[in-house]
This record gives sequence, structure tokens and C-alpha cells, in this order.
Amino acid sequence: MPTVHFTDAEGAVRDVQGNPGDSVMETAVRNGVPGIVAECGGSLSCATCHVFVREDCLAQLPPMEDMEDEMLYGTAVDREDNSRLSCQLRLTDEVELFVTTPETQV
Amino acid sequence: MGTRTAATEHAPAAQTAAGAAAQPDSTTRTGLLIIGASQSGVQLAVSLRALGFDEHITLLGDEDHRPYQRPALSKEFLQGTVESESLIFRSNDYWAEHNVDLVKGEYIVKIDKEADGSGVAHSSSGRQFPFKRLALTVGARARKLEIEGGDLDGVLYLRNADDALALKARVGDAQDVVVIGGGFIGLEAASSLQKMGKNVTVLEFGPRLVGRAVGEETAEYFLQAHRARGLDIRLNTSAKRFTARGAAGEKQTAVAGVELQDGTVLPAQIVLVGIGVIPNTQLAEQLGLTVDNGIVVDRFALASDGTTVAIGDCANMPNPVPGSAPGERIRLESVNNAIEHAKVAAYSLTGRREEYAGIPWFWSNQADLKLQIAGLCNGYDQTVLRRDEERGKFSVLYYRQGQVIAADCVNAPLDFMAVKNALAKGKNIPADAAADPATPLKTITTDS
Repeated sequence: MPTVHFTDAEGAVRDVQGNPGDSVMETAVRNGVPGIVAECGGSLSCATCHVFVREDCLAQLPPMEDMEDEMLYGTAVDREDNSRLSCQLRLTDEVELFVTTPETQV
Repeated sequence: MGTRTAATEHAPAAQTAAGAAAQPDSTTRTGLLIIGASQSGVQLAVSLRALGFDEHITLLGDEDHRPYQRPALSKEFLQGTVESESLIFRSNDYWAEHNVDLVKGEYIVKIDKEADGSGVAHSSSGRQFPFKRLALTVGARARKLEIEGGDLDGVLYLRNADDALALKARVGDAQDVVVIGGGFIGLEAASSLQKMGKNVTVLEFGPRLVGRAVGEETAEYFLQAHRARGLDIRLNTSAKRFTARGAAGEKQTAVAGVELQDGTVLPAQIVLVGIGVIPNTQLAEQLGLTVDNGIVVDRFALASDGTTVAIGDCANMPNPVPGSAPGERIRLESVNNAIEHAKVAAYSLTGRREEYAGIPWFWSNQADLKLQIAGLCNGYDQTVLRRDEERGKFSVLYYRQGQVIAADCVNAPLDFMAVKNALAKGKNIPADAAADPATPLKTITTDS
């Protein structure tokens, strides 16, 4: 099963097992990971599911499309090179992802 | 410190949650009863737990589904690009761990309430739900089109999951669909159905699309964009009656067409009606709460009895936009409002007083048109148009006395984000500088 390790801005870690095909955002929200808001439910409209992806995990992620790229400029905490919107990150079978949630999403 | 949680979604929600939660005795009035397992109902429960509210919570809905997200029903869910499981808000484990008892399929018909705010709610099946505090997150229902043939099979609405399932079940056999109402829901569904290969006609009673939600320029942009994509949109057009299939004398039960006022008959195996919603105020009225286009609440989401909270689509509240005219009231139908209003109510229920203040925002995805709206444009005296034909971007900024108050942005998330952030921080984006679409709005935002 895919696993996502969420680290919050204070450093607390939460490991959540997800289902292949689900997004990182869905996995977080359904299990109540507090650092992800996701108001729009994954339709790429709100930029409140911002995560920082650990550098060594970036390569296995799908490439960023223009809309995600533009939305990332509007996140509550400024984007970094390793920023992604977690609604766009689909889990694959045995993936293990390490992400950090920003201090705030709104 | 790490906690491990598996996302399992097998056991029926009510069973799992009830097993873990301390079920209140049917005679003691403890805990909070949330009527409406909606976006705002879910958020209220979640926010209360985040604030440390430790009393029992019952989250009750009248549908036979676990609480789910509605926006995708007219879009991804209808088109089959997301599974129903993806729409579920929280796992069963989440509710169990947070001592929230989910109750599905119970329709509350009557509430007895004391002056202290406690009481008992009675469902149509005869069950009783005692409570110490009550929250109404009852939403709104689809406005019905009362014309001849309105009860024929195939005349559908799109408000909840069962509506969407009914529509999906019929789509395969239908070729012609008439959508009545050129608002968000009608245009989203029409775009989805067109993408699924249906021959779709949209009838709009008024002189333009999305009447009250956007300005003139945006409405015109959508009209042209949809027509360019092959959608048949007829403005100033209303249905006179629905015609039925089958020969005269036979029992006619299924819709066959829509007759317009001029006598034209459009073939339709499905008619989808999206002509707005009516807030659900029946319970509030029965409780003697003040009702006026929704359940009237104060800035703290409290109804007129001072103890019941009412939030989301069903609530008529003071306009939350900072600087609004005193006494100006509004009812908002949006995910953003459901969430933010719920947070305010959670504070009220835990003894804190936080006035509802915020910039409303909305979105609507129609075909490849991604509309994002920041703020409320009513009362504007100036607009600035930003258009990038080449990249398919379109934004309208609305101004009142030189101050930006709202923006409609199509495929222009940078504009949307810039205006949303400026409004949230009380800043301005001067109109003259905003007119150049090549200038990023973020770079010209000023301290007003």
C-alpha cells in the first residue's frame, strides 16, 4: 500500500496509508491530517492543499501542469522549488512519499 | 511522534461510529445534534473537535450516504472521471476516533426545544435524538418547475447524490437533453453532458447567463465561449410544458420533449432543471426562529433564539465582507461559506465569540473554462477587463469608488489569487494599472 508521511510545520509526523489512485490530498483529508484544507475538493481551484515534497521524492511525481503552476503562486505560504498541490499527486502502488505541510493554507 | 492510520472504508459508517462513541441515553439531553450531514455540518464537527469540544456530537443526514462533497456531482462525478468513494469527506475511522456519531437516512420532522437550547428531535421513522445544543446545517433544496408534465419520468434535478445517480442511470439511453436554467449548475451539467456526446440545449429565462452571480462582461464571455464550443443556448426562452412519449390514450409517463412558449418542441429524453434553490427553513419555522430568505442569524451564526446555530446555504447572515453597510444581509451558496461559517459557529458553541468576516469566493468549471470568483461584485461602479486571447485568459475586476471589490477570472488563477489576497489584506489594485493584461496584478497591489 502507498504510504504518505506528513510532517507539519512544527515537525510532528503522521504516517497515513493510502489507496493507489487516490491523491495525496484525499488521503490527508479523509484521515483528518490537519495541515491540508482542500476547500475545492481537488478541482484545482483553491490552492489550500499546498505541500513541500522531500527532494528525493520529487522525481517520481507527475509533471506539473500550467494551472497548478499558476495556482501555486497564490498559496498562503510562499512556494518553494519543491512545492506541489497535493490534489494533483496520485498515489501509485508501492510509493512512499515524504511531504511537509505549510504553517497555514488560508 | 507518529500515529499510524489506515484508510479503510468498509464498515457502514453509522455502525462504526456508534460502536466507538458513547451513545447518549435517549432521555438525557447531552451533546450537540447537527442536522444536515452537509459540507457545513461536516466542517462544524471537524472544527469543534479541533477546538477541543469534548461533548458527544451526532451528525445526522437524511440521505443514505456518508457525508460527501457536492460540487463534483455536476462535473467529474457525472462524467465518470471520479469514483463516488472520492467524494466522501472523512473515513469511518476518522469519525469513530473523533467521537462523532454519523446517522444516515433519518429525516427530522419535528423538534421540541426548551428555552435553554436543549431538546429532542423526532425523525419520520420515529427515532428520537436528544440534544443539549442544536445546529441547523440543512442547506437548500432545488426549486421545482411547476409546469404541465413536470412530474414526467426523465424530468430531473441535480442537488444531491441520488439526483446525480438518477441522471447518470439515464444518460446512456438519451441522445437529446434540455437543460432549463443558465446558471452555474445548468451550465456545468450541460458542459458535462455535451462532453459525454449528448445533444444539449440550454434554456435561460432571463436576458443573460448566470444572472445574479457575475457581471455583464463575464456573462457575455460565457455565452460566446459556450456557443463557440457548440452548446445551443437560448436566452429569453422558457418552457411552456413537457410533452410525453407514447400514443394518445396510452399511459404517458416519460418525457419526450419541451414545448417552448412559441410552440416549438425540442426533443428531450432528459430534462434537467436548474433554476435555483430554496433554503430549507421548515424546522426553523417550526421552532419559531426568525426566517427571511433563510434562517436569520447574527454575526456569530446564532439564530434568533440565541442558542441554535444555523450555517451555510440555509442561513441569512450579516454580509461578512469587511466594510459592508451596517445591516446588509446576505445568503451565500458556496463551499467556502459553508466552511468559514462553520468555523464561526464552532467558536460560538465553545463559548468564544468570533465575528464572521471574510472574502467569499466561488468556482465553477464548465468544459475547459475554469471560472474563479473572488469577492462580491454587487454595487460596483467600474470594471476593468483583462483579456489574453492567445492563452485563453479572461478576467474582470470590479471597483467601487476606486477600490477593487471583486473579480471574475476565467483560466486566470494568477489574477484570481492576486485579487483574493488583496481583498483579504484590505489592499487595492489600482484600476488604471490593472488594465494591461501583461502586468501581473500581484506586482501592482498597493496599500490602498
